[in-house]
Amino acid sequence: MSQPMDGNEMRSLTLRLLGEIAPEADLTSLQPDVSFRDQLDLDSMDFLNFVVALHKEFQIDIPEADYPKYMTLNGCLAQLSAARS
Amino acid sequence: MADFVMPTLGADMTEGTLVQWKKREGDRVTKGEGIAEVDTEKAVIEVESHTTGVIERLLTKPGDKVPIGTVMAVIREEGRPTTSPAPAQEVARPAAAPHLAHRTDTVVPSPSQTGRLRISPAARKLAAERGIDPAHMQGTGPDGAITLEDIERAAAVAPGVTKPAIVADRQARMRQTIAAAMARSKREIPHYYLSTTIDMGRTVTWLKQENETRPMTERLLYGVLLIKAVAIALRRVPELNALWKEGAAVRSEGIHIGTAISLRQGGLVAPALHDADRLSLSDLMTNFQDLVKRARAGSLRSSEMSDPTITVTSLGEQGVETVFGVIYPPQVALVGFGKLVERPWVMNGQVVARPVIMASLSADHRVSDGHRGGIFLAEIDRLLQEPHTL
Repeated sequence: MSQPMDGNEMRSLTLRLLGEIAPEADLTSLQPDVSFRDQLDLDSMDFLNFVVALHKEFQIDIPEADYPKYMTLNGCLAQLSAARS
Repeated sequence: MADFVMPTLGADMTEGTLVQWKKREGDRVTKGEGIAEVDTEKAVIEVESHTTGVIERLLTKPGDKVPIGTVMAVIREEGRPTTSPAPAQEVARPAAAPHLAHRTDTVVPSPSQTGRLRISPAARKLAAERGIDPAHMQGTGPDGAITLEDIERAAAVAPGVTKPAIVADRQARMRQTIAAAMARSKREIPHYYLSTTIDMGRTVTWLKQENETRPMTERLLYGVLLIKAVAIALRRVPELNALWKEGAAVRSEGIHIGTAISLRQGGLVAPALHDADRLSLSDLMTNFQDLVKRARAGSLRSSEMSDPTITVTSLGEQGVETVFGVIYPPQVALVGFGKLVERPWVMNGQVVARPVIMASLSADHRVSDGHRGGIFLAEIDRLLQEPHTL
C-alpha cells in the first residue's frame, strides 16, 4: 500500500480516470449514486478499462465478482477506502 | 515505380483528405507500414503502404481532399533503379495526376506545380530530411533556384509537419456517409433475416472461472467469445464470409470480423479484427481492446477499414434484446447480438433461469439462403455450448 490518501484526493483521482475513459463527459454534474453506465454511456469495454485503471492507480486487485460495486462514484469511493484502510 | 493511391476505406467513402504524411520524400517504407493519415469523414485512418521501397515523390499536400484512386505518392520499389539516371540540377515536377481535375474542393493549384523547380540535389535532400516541400518555396539562388540556406530558413519557421485543422462538423458528415452506405445496402442487397435465442449459461460459467484465474489486466469480455464463435462458425458456412464484387460473391480466405464500435461523440465504425478464427481468446481480447481504443482516438489503419469480410454488431450494452442489422456493402452478411439477459428456459423438462442472448443474421439473398443461414446460427449456438474449445 502506498502513502495514505484522503477522500478528496481519492475522489479527484477517480474522476480523472473516469475522464480518460469518457473525455467528452461533464463530470462536475455526475450523480454519485447513479451508475456510470447510465450517466456516461459506458459500455462493458469502457467499464473494464476503468476498473483496470483503478487497479493500476490505487494498486488494488478487484475480483470480477466485485466489479458491480464500482459502478457508481460513491460505490467506488467506499470500495477504495475499504481497500486502503 | 508503384503508385500510392487514395484507398477505399469503406463502402461509404468517395474521397479523403490528407491529414499528414508520416514519411518524407527519400524515406524508406516497408509494406504494411503507415505512410499517410487520411480523414475519411468518419475517422482519421493511418494508410499503409502496399509496397516496400523508397518514397520518390509526394504529390498530395496535407489538407488536400482527393477522390479515391488518386495517385498521392510515387514509391520506387526495392531493387529498381531510379527514373532519373543521374542527379539533375533541374528536377522535373510530376505532372498533376488526372484525378486531380476532379477535385471537389476549391484548392487553388500552386503555380509551382507546373513548370520546373530549380533546386540543388543537396538542398533537395535537406528539404526531404526536414519535411519541407520545396515546390511551394521562392528560391534566393541564381534564377530563383532553391538553396540550402532557403531550406534551412523554411525549416526554422516550420519545425514539423502540422495537422491542418479538421472541420468541426464531423458528426454531420459522418451521418451523411453512414446514410449513403446504408441506403446503398438497402437499395442493392436483398436482405433476409434470421434469429435464434442461445443459452449462454455454459459460456458465462466458464468465463467466470477462467477470469478468476487471470490477472485483472488479462480478463476476457464475453463479447470476445461471441466474435470467436462467429469466426469459427464461418468456416462451416464460408459463403457468408465473402465480398460482393462485380455481380458475384467472392469468398474471402481470411476471416476478418468487422466489429461495430460506437464512437463516443456519435456515429460508428466497424474496423476488422484480422484472422479472428485463428487467434487465441487472449490475443483476440488484446486486439479488440486496442481496436476500440484506436477507433475512439481516431487512429485506425487502412487495412482495418478495408478488410472486414463480415460484421458483428452487439447492441446489448444499453438494453435491447434483438438487433437486425443492415449489411455493410460489399459484405454479404452481418451478425447481431442483443443483451445478455436471464430468462426462463426449459432444460430436461424443468423451467430454470438461464442467461440467454438473441443472435441474429442479416444476409444477402443473392449469396445464401435461409437454410444455410440457419446452419450458421446453429453452429454459433453449438460453439457457445463448448466455450473451452473457443
